Amino acid sequence: MNPAKTQVPAQPGWFTLDPEAPALLGSRCRKCGTIAFPAENAFCRNPDCQSTEFDQHALSRRGRIWSYTDARYKPPVPYVATDPYQPFCIAAVELADEKMVVLGQMVAGVEAGDLAVGDEVELVLDTLHEDDAHEYLVWKWRPVRPRKEGRG
Amino acid sequence: MAERVAILGVGMHPWGKWGRNFVEYGLHAANEALADAGLAWRDIQFVSGADTIRNGYPGFVSGATFAQALGWTGARVTSCYAACASGATAIAAARAQILAGLSDVALVVGADTTPKGFFAPVGGERRDDPDWLRFHLLGATNPTYFALYARRRMELFGATEADFAAVKVKNARHGAANPNARYRTEVTAGEVLASPVVADPLRLLEICATSDGGAAVVLSSMEFARRHGHRRPVTVAAVSTVTPRFPQTVIEMPNFATDSAVATSGEPGPTFRQSIARAAYEEAGIGPEEVDVAEVYDLSTALELDWYEDIGLCKEGEAEKLLRDGDTAVGGRIPVNPSGGLSSFGEAIPAQAIAQVCELSMQLRGQASGRQVEGAKVGVSANQGLFGHGSSVLVTR
Repeated sequence: MNPAKTQVPAQPGWFTLDPEAPALLGSRCRKCGTIAFPAENAFCRNPDCQSTEFDQHALSRRGRIWSYTDARYKPPVPYVATDPYQPFCIAAVELADEKMVVLGQMVAGVEAGDLAVGDEVELVLDTLHEDDAHEYLVWKWRPVRPRKEGRG
Repeated sequence: MAERVAILGVGMHPWGKWGRNFVEYGLHAANEALADAGLAWRDIQFVSGADTIRNGYPGFVSGATFAQALGWTGARVTSCYAACASGATAIAAARAQILAGLSDVALVVGADTTPKGFFAPVGGERRDDPDWLRFHLLGATNPTYFALYARRRMELFGATEADFAAVKVKNARHGAANPNARYRTEVTAGEVLASPVVADPLRLLEICATSDGGAAVVLSSMEFARRHGHRRPVTVAAVSTVTPRFPQTVIEMPNFATDSAVATSGEPGPTFRQSIARAAYEEAGIGPEEVDVAEVYDLSTALELDWYEDIGLCKEGEAEKLLRDGDTAVGGRIPVNPSGGLSSFGEAIPAQAIAQVCELSMQLRGQASGRQVEGAKVGVSANQGLFGHGSSVLVTR
């Protein structure tokens, strides 16, 4: 991250800005306990629950890869791509406590060939894109352990 | 079991990248379907349009747009949008009108003109729209989601890149015989595997393109069909347009996360894709073992394999065997995508689910020249799009 620029979240309210241990901010139904990300504060998704009261819920910061891919072709606007375009990985990560799967980009430098279903990852904040004055932050997943030997 | 409705006529404008107004394609398909049915436009009592969201206001009111292009007659009209299932939803609306006795005969039309490249979200900065946000915050395109499923299949069931390529080879062979397909050349596995990776493990030749095209069907009551000399028409036995069930535990476009399963207990129910065809089978009282031919939504080669299991052609994890044994090729035990599928067509969203029904109808009539599934009597289509819309149509003759 660039200290000369003001750091702002790319999507305010979706995650904490704690530099050490950031977390995604979802909602938790006060009645049935259903968790949602992004937060859902108007209705509960559980068809058997009519609650309208929700608490903010910080999601687990670690999970295991459910599946993964990469983006070799530049995504269309409104994605703000680097120039020249730098491919990136995306992982769907299973959170055990929440019993849900959450998407996120992998941090730069990770390639699809480095990953496997079941690998443990943790949430970090990283740059999504920048302009002259700002660095826009987003959540990304980072492998907990470096790539295992012998996987190809 | 619901009563059947007759498919009196089918029509299509060839898929391609023609760059003309979508209304032209819809009109072409509608006139072809009317001629196939032996009816005049003035005979139609109900018009059901499948909407396109990329062609301005006329696309949002497609039923009226097509009706105006054909000439106002005072027919009842509706316009339906349900993402990739729009065409089937338009069929469902027409079928319900007929089964309710409100109309005897209906025309269903869907057509699209598409931009080049990835489907992008509708313009503007829309921070409460998950479809806009997934592009902005993740760079997650539609192939991103297809690739997540593909990789999961490889890790869980041992699918290989060669299997995925074999799906393309099969569908390209089928599509080469279909005059309405956009891509009409056979490809080799080597060519597929030499095409660039778009979203690992999926390659350019394994991901469906976006296309222009139009499709239409004429539906009627069985009584109307008899009165007009259609003695043994193809019939619609069921149309399924069910929602997913909570908790939806498979990540779906355009979401950032699945539902959480913390508040539910017991065995998970069927996945969304599984539930789509099941609802059609239940409605028709027909089981998957009776199906002779299927048209499934192969947005990617790997997704076609998922569908084999989800529509009940085999058990989970057995799709690769079905493919490798040649069962799903024309000439095999249960051919899938004899039309060439999205692989050979590309996707013209509101027309696609109607095109699936057109193909099944031609198959059941024995008119699918060069790709005919011999003796086909029961056909099923399956389709899924964004935001919990999907469809399955079961046809019999």
